[in-house]
Amino acid sequence: MDDSSQTSRRVVIGLGDAANLPEDDELPTESMPLNMGPSHPATHGTVRMVLEVEGEKIRSADVQIGFLHRCFEKEAENATWTQIFPYTDRLNYVSPMLCNVGYALAVEKLLDIDDRIPERAQFIRVIVGEISRITDHLTCLAASAMELAAFTVFFYLMKAREWLWELLEEVSGARLTHSYVRIGGVVADLTDDFCPKLRDILRRCRAAIADVDKMLTSNRIFRDRMDGIGIITRDDAIGWGLTGPVGRSAGLAYDVRKDHPYLVYDRFDFDVPVGSRGDNFDRYAVRLEEMRQSMRILEQAMDLLPAGPILIDDARVALPPKREVYNTIESMIAHFKLIMDGIVVPPGEIYSFTEGGNGELGFYIVSNGTGQPWKCRVRPPCFANTAVLNKILPGLFIADVVPTFGMINMIGGECDR
Amino acid sequence: MAKIILDRLVEHFVAGEIVETGSQHGNEWARVAPANWRAVAQFLRDDPVTALNMFIDLTCVDRLGRTPRFDVVMHLYSVDKKHRVRLLAAVSEEDPHIDSLVALWPGANWFEREAFDLYGVRFVGHPDLRRILMYPEFVGHPLRKDFPKEGRQPLLRRLPGSVD
Repeated sequence: MDDSSQTSRRVVIGLGDAANLPEDDELPTESMPLNMGPSHPATHGTVRMVLEVEGEKIRSADVQIGFLHRCFEKEAENATWTQIFPYTDRLNYVSPMLCNVGYALAVEKLLDIDDRIPERAQFIRVIVGEISRITDHLTCLAASAMELAAFTVFFYLMKAREWLWELLEEVSGARLTHSYVRIGGVVADLTDDFCPKLRDILRRCRAAIADVDKMLTSNRIFRDRMDGIGIITRDDAIGWGLTGPVGRSAGLAYDVRKDHPYLVYDRFDFDVPVGSRGDNFDRYAVRLEEMRQSMRILEQAMDLLPAGPILIDDARVALPPKREVYNTIESMIAHFKLIMDGIVVPPGEIYSFTEGGNGELGFYIVSNGTGQPWKCRVRPPCFANTAVLNKILPGLFIADVVPTFGMINMIGGECDR
Repeated sequence: MAKIILDRLVEHFVAGEIVETGSQHGNEWARVAPANWRAVAQFLRDDPVTALNMFIDLTCVDRLGRTPRFDVVMHLYSVDKKHRVRLLAAVSEEDPHIDSLVALWPGANWFEREAFDLYGVRFVGHPDLRRILMYPEFVGHPLRKDFPKEGRQPLLRRLPGSVD
């Protein structure tokens, strides 16, 4: 070891380049196993990370999931097609509308009614979906900032999230588990004052996000813990199947809304932010910008929102109006059959994918022609995104686990199903 | 557009290796002989025409009553060509196994562990084939159709003489 390496010795906690330091540059330490989780105050999610550390440095990581496994697929195989909506709410529980929409689109393709969904219903789905995307990113940034001790940010963003959830509660009747979408449309129309209220909320959200941008983006403490840490390359993103903000921050410009437009996304003008370094800060910046783009979509959708029905006029899938159920025997029977036997979906297989809060949310559904799915598989974006932690954690410091895990944004309900 | 993929497959492999191809609801699919699972996947990834370089999803389907009983199902996507394909391969009930694809896509790791956990299909060559969603002590593979939906497997050891 020559003298120059001695004098240049410098360890800056949080710069993430610890792996590049020469081995003999540090005090010798024995490696030891360290358990983080399953219930850890600095990780917002029930996940266990078994780390092998040498001093503060992580040598290897084994991320263990499954603590929130609630047998989504097994339950779905024993439920009618409509009864699955409440389960999809509980997949990604910070953006339930997006899961609702993704599942509905898959079943509609199996039924071959996807081109007959009323236009107003499609616009409503876009609107509630984009609101959900904003709440998803707000939650991710709020919780991650709080774990980095920026508590003010947490309150600013949680307040914004609450405005949006209150609005969705007015529409759907539930604050969190909306179950608002139905096969063939949505269950209820928007409230009369929905658009003016949403415009007002978006104005306040913009201000809150601008405040957070000012507080964090050039904040020295925040940047020190985000810059250059947890780097994911574009090749990693492709090989590990990383989509959504995590994939885009790594330079993989893949957004289902742009590349394979569904619903009416092709009518809106919006940009897809893409990162250049793939580090934690890029993931933060991509999410911040995506919220602004979602607001752009929301404003355009409100301007273009057409009048008309909100549910498909097809007796095979749509429940008849209550008035007719109580007054005519045909509607009564139709209602009974749809509730008891469920919608009958012709045999077939479909893989339908949408842009969820965390990336490509796919539904692979196998129908055998009955009122219940033979298989209802979710391709959870978080699952792939969380798996890459095993690769990016080694070489980081223990303190880096917190922002890295936060920016991957594992949602237990979706990851473990 | 994605018809190219199926044409390329039929062109490049002999009839027994690609069992069947088709298209439904806009999804292109190909049924592959299980022995060629890895070769087909590698071809689709490396061939410049198909360029299916992104791993999307892997799971199983239990087609109870059919022989062979299980299907391993994979979805691949091409970032450059923007097309995708579904690959299926049948595996038997007696000895459900198929080649692991972790060497081709590191992302296949957790998906194969999940398929092993829930369906009991072994992935030959997988570096770390453990349960992932269920706990290690769990007995059975819960997404098999003959696994009962109701039931309990308490993880805690009961003291002798204790009652529930």
